[in-house]
Amino acid sequence: MVKILQSPAVKVGLSISIATGLYGISFGALAVASGLDIWQTIALSLLLFSGGSQFAFIGVVSGGGTGLAAMSASALLGIRNGIYGMQMNALLSPRSWRKLVAAQVTIDESTATASGQQDPAEQRRGFWTAGVGIFLLWNLFTAVGALAGNALGDPKQWGLDGAAVAAFLALLWPRLKGKEPAAIAVVCALATLLAVPFVPSGVPILVAAAVAAVIGWFTHKPVPQGMAPDIEPYAEPYSEHDCAHMVLPEDGASARPGRREGGQG
Amino acid sequence: MSLWFWILAACVISYATKFAGYLVPAKWMKNERMSRIAATMTIGLLASLTVVNAFSTGQQLTLDARVGALLAAAIALVLRAPFLVVVIAGAAAAALLRLAGWG
Repeated sequence: MVKILQSPAVKVGLSISIATGLYGISFGALAVASGLDIWQTIALSLLLFSGGSQFAFIGVVSGGGTGLAAMSASALLGIRNGIYGMQMNALLSPRSWRKLVAAQVTIDESTATASGQQDPAEQRRGFWTAGVGIFLLWNLFTAVGALAGNALGDPKQWGLDGAAVAAFLALLWPRLKGKEPAAIAVVCALATLLAVPFVPSGVPILVAAAVAAVIGWFTHKPVPQGMAPDIEPYAEPYSEHDCAHMVLPEDGASARPGRREGGQG
Repeated sequence: MSLWFWILAACVISYATKFAGYLVPAKWMKNERMSRIAATMTIGLLASLTVVNAFSTGQQLTLDARVGALLAAAIALVLRAPFLVVVIAGAAAAALLRLAGWG
């Protein structure tokens, strides 16, 4: 036990688990404020388990959008988890039932924790510590937030609609390093505002997704940080290197979609 | 369709997306265009969700206390505040502006 706690990857995984798990409170409170009941809120954290997608789902619902639009926004935002799954499969090669469990805890933070380590055993420890740790705490604090939010009464009085705005900006913020991601964000924000008066609630978000996909299809330069997981657990020495350290064991050059021209770092 | 249906459908899609990644041969990751679209779409969706929640009420564009929340959150982020502090700053700004009688 002592030995495991001395592992750098486990330490990083635990600290990220606590930091991320805590903001399950804000998800739980916002979800009930947007009109979901407590069990629906808990189901999203337990079964969907991807912060961005969960916030997207309730964001569309609270704006009066349809369930279909909410599901679509959530699904599109979850596409990156599929990419992380490919990376983690190549990095960790989980077998049999572990693959089924690993898939559920494949999110920004567990991917970031694993891929920052060099040693395969440490990568494995980092992935599982962050993945399982966040899963447990995120669900615990979602329930706390949902119960607290339900007891608050009028959500607007407490500024919970403002909290949702802040939450989305905070999810977006780490991805805006560099001109290109910022330009994409501005273009998609404008497309959204232009669409709002003309299409039903929830649809402007899908319009922005389509605009972003077209930009992604036609731009030739990779978007370096956009693919980087939300959290950078290794502030030093990797922060200057984006996520160039996220490479596959073999044929590493192809691993990072976001690598810069001119090679590593 | 009830909300429960769409919630469970979103959950199934989420898991299927994650699991699909584990079934794809590693060499497929060489497809840079696909990765790039996933990246730009994540940015676009989050930017869109931010402004929809800040400036729209149904199909109307509005300016109310949520603008204060957006500004407060941006300031908190510039000051490198952790996620939870950013969210609380947004809530506090909106709540205080309403208390002051605006929005």
